[in-house]
Amino acid sequence: MTGVLGDLALALASGAVEVVDLTHALTPDFPVIVLPPEFGQCAPFRIEEVSRYDARGPAWYWNNISMSEHTGTHFDAPAHWVTGRNQPGGTVDAVAPDRLVAPVCVIDMSGPAAEDPDFIMTAAHVAAWEAEHGEIPAGAWVLMRTDWAKKAGTPAYVGLDATGAHSPGPDASAIEALLARDIIGFGTETVGTDAGQGAHLSPPYPAHSLLHGAGKLGLQCLAGLDRLPPVGAMLIAPPLKIAGGSGSPLRVLALIPGKTA
Amino acid sequence: MRARSVRSYEDVVIAVPVSVPYVRYSQESAHWWIAAALRGLVKGAGITPGDIDGFTVSSFSLAPDTAVGLTQHLGLCPRFLEHIPMGGASGVVAARRAARAVQAGDAEIVACVAGDTNHIDSFRSLLGSFSRFALEASYPYGAGGPNASFALLTDGYMRRYGATREDFGRICVAQRANALTYPQAIMKKPLSLEEYMSARPIADPVHLFDCVMPVAGAEAFLVMHEDTAKERGLPYARLAGAIERHNAFPEDPLQMRGGWELDVADLWSAAGCRPDAVDLVQTYDDYPVIVMMQIEDLGLCGKGEAAEFLRGHDLTNAGTLPHNTCGGQLSAGQAGAAGGFIGFVEALRQVTGQNLAAPVAGARRALVSGFGMVNYDRGVCTAAAVLEAA
Amino acid sequence: MSEHTPLARPPRKDPTAVTPLAHRPPGSPSRAGLFFAAHAARGAFALQECGECGTRIWPPRDACPKCLSADIPFTPAPTGGEVIAETTIRVTHELFYRGRGPWRVGTVQLDCGPVVTANLHRDVTTGARVRMIARLDLAGTPLMMALPAKETPLMDEDPALRGLTAHPRHRRVLVTDGRSALGQETARALLKAGAAKVFLGVADAWKPFPGAERIAAEEGIEIVPLDLSDTRSVVDLAGAIGGKTDIIVNTADHVRPGGVMGQSVALARESFETNVFGLQRLAQVFAPGMLGRANDGVNNAVAILDVTPVAALSNWNVYGMHSASAAARLSVLQGLRAELRDGGIRVMSVFIGPVEDDWHQAVPPPKLAPKAVAAAVVKALAEGIEESFTGDVARDVFARWSADPKVLERELQR
Repeated sequence: MTGVLGDLALALASGAVEVVDLTHALTPDFPVIVLPPEFGQCAPFRIEEVSRYDARGPAWYWNNISMSEHTGTHFDAPAHWVTGRNQPGGTVDAVAPDRLVAPVCVIDMSGPAAEDPDFIMTAAHVAAWEAEHGEIPAGAWVLMRTDWAKKAGTPAYVGLDATGAHSPGPDASAIEALLARDIIGFGTETVGTDAGQGAHLSPPYPAHSLLHGAGKLGLQCLAGLDRLPPVGAMLIAPPLKIAGGSGSPLRVLALIPGKTA
Repeated sequence: MRARSVRSYEDVVIAVPVSVPYVRYSQESAHWWIAAALRGLVKGAGITPGDIDGFTVSSFSLAPDTAVGLTQHLGLCPRFLEHIPMGGASGVVAARRAARAVQAGDAEIVACVAGDTNHIDSFRSLLGSFSRFALEASYPYGAGGPNASFALLTDGYMRRYGATREDFGRICVAQRANALTYPQAIMKKPLSLEEYMSARPIADPVHLFDCVMPVAGAEAFLVMHEDTAKERGLPYARLAGAIERHNAFPEDPLQMRGGWELDVADLWSAAGCRPDAVDLVQTYDDYPVIVMMQIEDLGLCGKGEAAEFLRGHDLTNAGTLPHNTCGGQLSAGQAGAAGGFIGFVEALRQVTGQNLAAPVAGARRALVSGFGMVNYDRGVCTAAAVLEAA
Repeated sequence: MSEHTPLARPPRKDPTAVTPLAHRPPGSPSRAGLFFAAHAARGAFALQECGECGTRIWPPRDACPKCLSADIPFTPAPTGGEVIAETTIRVTHELFYRGRGPWRVGTVQLDCGPVVTANLHRDVTTGARVRMIARLDLAGTPLMMALPAKETPLMDEDPALRGLTAHPRHRRVLVTDGRSALGQETARALLKAGAAKVFLGVADAWKPFPGAERIAAEEGIEIVPLDLSDTRSVVDLAGAIGGKTDIIVNTADHVRPGGVMGQSVALARESFETNVFGLQRLAQVFAPGMLGRANDGVNNAVAILDVTPVAALSNWNVYGMHSASAAARLSVLQGLRAELRDGGIRVMSVFIGPVEDDWHQAVPPPKLAPKAVAAAVVKALAEGIEESFTGDVARDVFARWSADPKVLERELQR
């Protein structure tokens, strides 16, 4: 193989480019977003064995699975939110494939998030990041690193108490700053792109509201962001091609410069 | 209430006693045992199967067949056919049915046969499907079977009349002595009262030697005109009287008496004698408490007096009141429905001098009693007959 | 009457000893006998009574033995009687009864007429006045037992009586939904009734719930992860406690208002996942282990009790899809009962009306306090009542259903 993809193949083979998995395993007990009980609920992942080399199928093992479009590590299409309902190509099947493989910038907020589960990232944090790493290029994914993935499996992951969920996220100013850079989408390690207390921001759920209103994409429940460089990685995040779907669980991969690079 | 007097059984006789030797467990079917008994009748009478134009069958283990299936199975062509599912009352009832058929000309020679096989576990199956009432109203209470039902009757009888285990024991011990003279008895060892008393409890107050041993076997006899018997040179006995009754005294809370009590006067009036004029007694002895009830209800003593009455008698074949002279079911074994025949066939042997067990000296008149079918909490069928030497 | 020592908590299981098997009893009752069984299943002592001559009848018949009338319905019968004979059955050929004896059995003269064979409580003997009960044995066979006319010390510890019940004393119980007040109160009531331990299932442990800390701190209660809508969760729990679960009390019920037209299929499916398939998962995963221990001494595995919404009997359209799930749940229970009967595991229901909880806010009283349901659960287990109806609503619905289900259907429609 020659040419640019040949070079990539060689880089992958040599370890000059590494592939990082940014995905949580789908398990029945992985938390989903919690809404007031009178609303419809996001279905958790469920798996039922069809056969396992037994009377139900002697030579084969397989399962039926069910879940919400927004269960586990998942993708939000613009149509997920009311603000994005009129966006052309707003459903997962219609998202242009070139948006699903793109450069990625990682804003590391793990420090302040460790201090405060309700930490809110603002435009000022974005500006500070750009001062250090340069301007976010158009057509890039931006991921907010909080190391929240490491809390998965503990109550702190969603951080529910009587006042709701407690996890970090962006405010409207931060999202507006990213939209000004014409990003492809925004991703987080938490169960939503918005903070646990995002309903109390203005507008409520600013990430969902503003991103999708602008036709941008979302990723949540990401893992392994601590392995990504602030800039210089490529993200591969294609959702299932669900006709008219609002989102999809998916396997998210990143290409990063390897140790041998 | 009865408008007409009962006709006698004159001119009808009973002949050819057949007892097919019992075994504890058999691989054969009830059909096999009944065939063996029929063959005994044919050989004993010197006739052919074609001469048998009447046939009665009693058996618990014939399913899915009945008397009907047996005719084809055994190649019989009777013009009188009865299935008599009356357990311990089957022998007397079969004789009554057959005698009337012969008397009326509906048959010339009636073979009355009872036989059952006994497979490993077949007793349990029989108990588990014995009757609807038993299945619903007694089996679920520990599944004691007849042991439990008779334990309750025995308990009630002992409380009411003061009979003791020793009283029951004497009946069993005497029968064992009689059985030792009967080569076909299953029980071969003597039984002492001490052994009886120290046996393990089965369902208090019923202990091991109050219970019969289920076995495989068959019993049979022929019923025919006196002329026929004479022509063929067969020893025979007359049916001097016979009664039967079913589901008597349903209001009695515990069975302390049987249907005999309703008809006993007819029995002795037909027989033309008093109860103390019999030379031997064959009772249905599946549990000795029932023996006592028969002794009382058939008029040998008053109600509740059997224990005392029997204390005054020697029940062995050489004794003052020879009783169950081949050992009865308690010592010869209980071959299912043949248990309803054993006393009848043994009585026939005794009064016709064709003994297998020790003969009762001068035996001419025998009282035979039957008791059958613990449908729920008591025996439903009762019957009795007096057999007389010709 | 002799002094009895209290039933001791059984020692830990000997891992080298072969567990005794439960055995199948023979035969099946007549149709008339099934009516006796149905009353016994509900804890009622009912005998046939001739509509023409008034004769009380036993055993079950198809005609009156006095007047041959066929009008002989089962009606509640006076329970007084006197023991007139007794025995102790020490030998039986039937595997089902062997090893669990000896059986004390008596003849009882009932005040209302019939003479019956019955199991005798250890504190009654010949001549004693008795109070009769009708119950199902652990294979579903209906039978009578004569109890002391007056309460005696340790009365419910009589071995034969215990065999007719699923008494929680010394048994380990799984209560499936500890997130609800109903589940928590049930756990407490079971402990109070003598349960050796209560495993209290909690789904989504990462979501806080009212009373969580208090219940978790109670001695004898162990919080275990359990989500009936998740097969793997049920399997994982059975892997941990399946070998020592003697009773399952299923208090889980996913309730949402809404009828066939108004409720989303997604939401209705959640109800079915918990209420119907959840029960199936419990049965599939736990019952095989319970069947293996159905004859395992004092704390043998004995029952799966379901707290069943009485809307199972007829649709209440305000909660139309929940009613549908309840009806399916009842059907699952019936099927399960048939499948477990031969193995000696009881399948029981405590039917309830609306409970005083968040999902019945719009329902007018009377509503059931969780404590009342908990008490009914304990009573059903302790007395061995296969189907009981707790609270005014459940009893009322059952009475109307018994009269004519079609009329009830119209009565429940709003």
